[in-house]
Amino acid sequence: MAHPTYAVFEHQLVSYRRVWRGSVLSSFLLPVLFLLAMGLTVGGYVDRGGGLGVRYLDFIAPGLLASTALQVAAGEATWPVHAGFVWHRMYHGMRATPVRIPDMVRGHIMYILLRVALSAVGFLVVMALFGAVHSAWAPAALPVAVLVGLATAAPIFAYSATISTDGMFAVLFRFAVVPMTLFAGVFFPVDSLPLAARALAYVSPLWHGVELTRAATLGTPTAWGGWAHVSFLVMWSVAGYLLAVHRFSRRLAD
Amino acid sequence: MVLRKSLADLSYPRVRVLDVSAAEPLIAAHGLVKRFGDFTAVAGIDVDVRAGEAFGFLGPNGAGKSSTMRMIGCVSAPSGGTLRILGMDPVRDGPAIRARLGVCPQQDSLDQDITVRENLTVYARYFGISRRQARQRADELLEFVQLTERANDKVEPLSGGMKRRLTIARALVNDPAIVLLDEPTTGLDPQARHLVWERLFQLKQRGVTLVLTTHYMDEAEQLCDRLVVMDGGRIGAEGSPRQLIERYATREVVELRFSDATLDSYLGKLEGIGERLELLPDRILLYADDGDLAVAAVHERQLRPSSVLVRRSTLEDVFLHLTGRTLVD
Ligand SMILES: Nc1ncnc2c1ncn2[C@@H]1O[C@H](COP(=O)(O)OP(=O)(O)OP(=O)(O)O)[C@@H](O)[C@H]1O
Ligand SMILES: [Mg+2]
Repeated sequence: MAHPTYAVFEHQLVSYRRVWRGSVLSSFLLPVLFLLAMGLTVGGYVDRGGGLGVRYLDFIAPGLLASTALQVAAGEATWPVHAGFVWHRMYHGMRATPVRIPDMVRGHIMYILLRVALSAVGFLVVMALFGAVHSAWAPAALPVAVLVGLATAAPIFAYSATISTDGMFAVLFRFAVVPMTLFAGVFFPVDSLPLAARALAYVSPLWHGVELTRAATLGTPTAWGGWAHVSFLVMWSVAGYLLAVHRFSRRLAD
Repeated sequence: MVLRKSLADLSYPRVRVLDVSAAEPLIAAHGLVKRFGDFTAVAGIDVDVRAGEAFGFLGPNGAGKSSTMRMIGCVSAPSGGTLRILGMDPVRDGPAIRARLGVCPQQDSLDQDITVRENLTVYARYFGISRRQARQRADELLEFVQLTERANDKVEPLSGGMKRRLTIARALVNDPAIVLLDEPTTGLDPQARHLVWERLFQLKQRGVTLVLTTHYMDEAEQLCDRLVVMDGGRIGAEGSPRQLIERYATREVVELRFSDATLDSYLGKLEGIGERLELLPDRILLYADDGDLAVAAVHERQLRPSSVLVRRSTLEDVFLHLTGRTLVD
């Protein structure tokens, strides 16, 4: 008998079957656009200064890979979760079965991680085609991307289960997702930030993910050592998961 | 023959039901309370539902029917009293109980993005049913609720009544021992409603225990062996439809309409005829054991109603009497 967590995952796959073609296509197309526009075009200007020590394309490509993991996780952990409580009430449907609340959270997050992994594979392939992969460690960027997906999707699940209107997602994107994308070391090293902003970057899951993916594709060392960054992401994941289960239980209590 | 075969299919939950010990009801609630903050939605009710019974909750909007159904469905924890379902404790054994319940909630919770059939197969998987069996169950159930033609359509564009039928089908996907139906036929056209009644009757014949809420008195009268009338979180009356009619209504009812003046001005003039008067917005109900005699008495008083209808009393009269605010004894 399939585990209930797996049944929840399978439910998501049934929906995904309708849209997978488009999503796989865009997981190749988006990196091409990003690497052309940012890596080559913007990079053309940045590289004249030569302050980074590597080509700008090589610098931002792994950062963008980690940021893609965040974007996919944030997209999938917001409106679809809200719909499950408010619009389609899918979670209320599951609640009437032997499925437990941790199964709902785990099964749905498992699906999101699959989406993150597919996007990361697309990104890495495109990076290789652009000549932006410089280390045999590059495949390690995939599990890192999945971990970034988990470390961001889990707390966002908790957020989505708490808010009462979807208007609150604008707040999440404005104050968390967008600033993280801009200031967590994807486009420039965080060393150039003022101390307070740098501290925020250090707390964000994305910066740790960027450090790890960059180390994987460039073969350079990370700022704090690989395990420190992995531990940080694991902490976000565990805390986010526990909080998400708690918020789901509250939301489905009556 | 077909019915016999399905009887055999369903023998598994029936045997399990019987183990619960013949004496214990499948659902036993004592002093059951549900509070939301300071507000008490269910104010201490006692309900026993026995195996194979069709049990109904009637009551006006906000009476606490859905709150009670959700506690029985083990998705809402009781705030007080005791509740046992299939001999188990809903808080501790929630998943084990839910595995044997079928639930049609008041508000649909279908996945709108996938097809009608997929809604059933996906849901079957939540009960640990194999993929192959899930497909087979889905096809049988779509036939059962006459949605086979829409099997491969997405749910979103279906009409409200079709979605309701799909929700009912989904509630049966695990061969439940108890089916909880919260207003199963609200929004259904007359044909669809009769179809659902017939299907629910078939389930009852197979020994499935039904618990339902409804605002349709004819539905309650047709389907329920026993029912309770709730109001303000309390149970006002309990019994079979026939018993309730005998206890709370007379044998016949005269419906009187008057075209002139306000209706309440007639209440005084009618006083003393029959056993009881009830004022509705558009007519006066006059309860009497012999309707024709009562009509004769009305005419004797020189009253000229614009229309007169004598009929047998129904559950609706009981409901109005128990929950109505405009009654004159
Ligand atoms: N989750 C909730 N939080 C707060 N109050 C609630 C909640 N659910 C129900 N109530 C309140 O409890 C009361 C009973 O509601 P319930 O849904 O049980 O009524 P009902 O008998 O099913 O009515 P209807 O016929 O309209 O479906 C109502 O006053 C309602 O506002
Ligand atoms: Mg209700």
